[in-house]
Amino acid sequence: MRKYTTYLLGLALLIFATAPAVIYLAPYESTMGLVQKIFYYHVPGALLMLALAMIGGVASAIFLFTGNPRADRWGLAAVEQVVLFGAMTLVTGPLWARKAWGVWWEWEPRLTSTLLGWMVCIAYLLLRRFGGPGSDKLAAGLALFGLANAPFIYISVNYWRTMHPKTTVLGSLVPPMAGPIWFGMVGFVLLSIVLFALRVQLEEQRARVEALYLAADES
Amino acid sequence: MRPLVRTLVVLFALAGAGAAVPAMHPSVAVTIAAQQKPDRPQPTDEFVPIDELPAQEQLPAAPMVVAAYSFIWIAFIVYCLSLVKRVKKVEADLAALEKGRR
Repeated sequence: MRKYTTYLLGLALLIFATAPAVIYLAPYESTMGLVQKIFYYHVPGALLMLALAMIGGVASAIFLFTGNPRADRWGLAAVEQVVLFGAMTLVTGPLWARKAWGVWWEWEPRLTSTLLGWMVCIAYLLLRRFGGPGSDKLAAGLALFGLANAPFIYISVNYWRTMHPKTTVLGSLVPPMAGPIWFGMVGFVLLSIVLFALRVQLEEQRARVEALYLAADES
Repeated sequence: MRPLVRTLVVLFALAGAGAAVPAMHPSVAVTIAAQQKPDRPQPTDEFVPIDELPAQEQLPAAPMVVAAYSFIWIAFIVYCLSLVKRVKKVEADLAALEKGRR
């Protein structure tokens, strides 16, 4: 456990050291100016949210069909991180929108489906926390909705006319903008992997504690 | 009988006053409303366009960028602290149970 904590601290420090460089060295966008720099941490957060929602959904589907407890732990760890990265996306996005669009929020497909996906994951965690026996299966069913919603969130900007930038923006970035975003993305992904591993390990230890309690009750 | 007549007269008088209010000239009604609530702002008759916002009304971008960046790290730190707290609790439980078994 300590090994992971050290990695976590190292990566966090690396990203802390990188972020000011990303903010100050990346060029300004022509129409939005300074506020567009929110992009460098809004996008990694949003993409990780989608990726983790899909991992959580697939792991939950495996758990539902096979009953494999490891899949359940993966599902729980992924969904918990969807809530974390989703909160980052849903807070940084409106801060950007307020300046760029003149409004904090717009009920358009990308924003609405992101909020919906985030709330599905909150419901998953609440169900796991307060649902009582059998709630793991119910929550896994709920995670499937998160899985179905994730591709819709991604493609929504390409199919509906919205104010939100399209997915093609990422591929069309000039090198001075592409460098910082991909560097930040790597940092976010590595940090997410470490947090994910820690969270799965925590659930494994909880399962051991439960097994020991049961053994103590029986003897 | 007399109270009944008096009640009817009062009711007719009230009904007449109620009917008279919508029939009142709008400018008179506005004047009465303005006199009753002197603090209310005057209604806008028209919007006057300008090319640029005054400098003091333009929204600065820097606080938005700083707020977004700060939120990312606050969220990470809070999540990490919560994870460390949960790990410590489980490790303590595990240690206590394994000690009890021996």
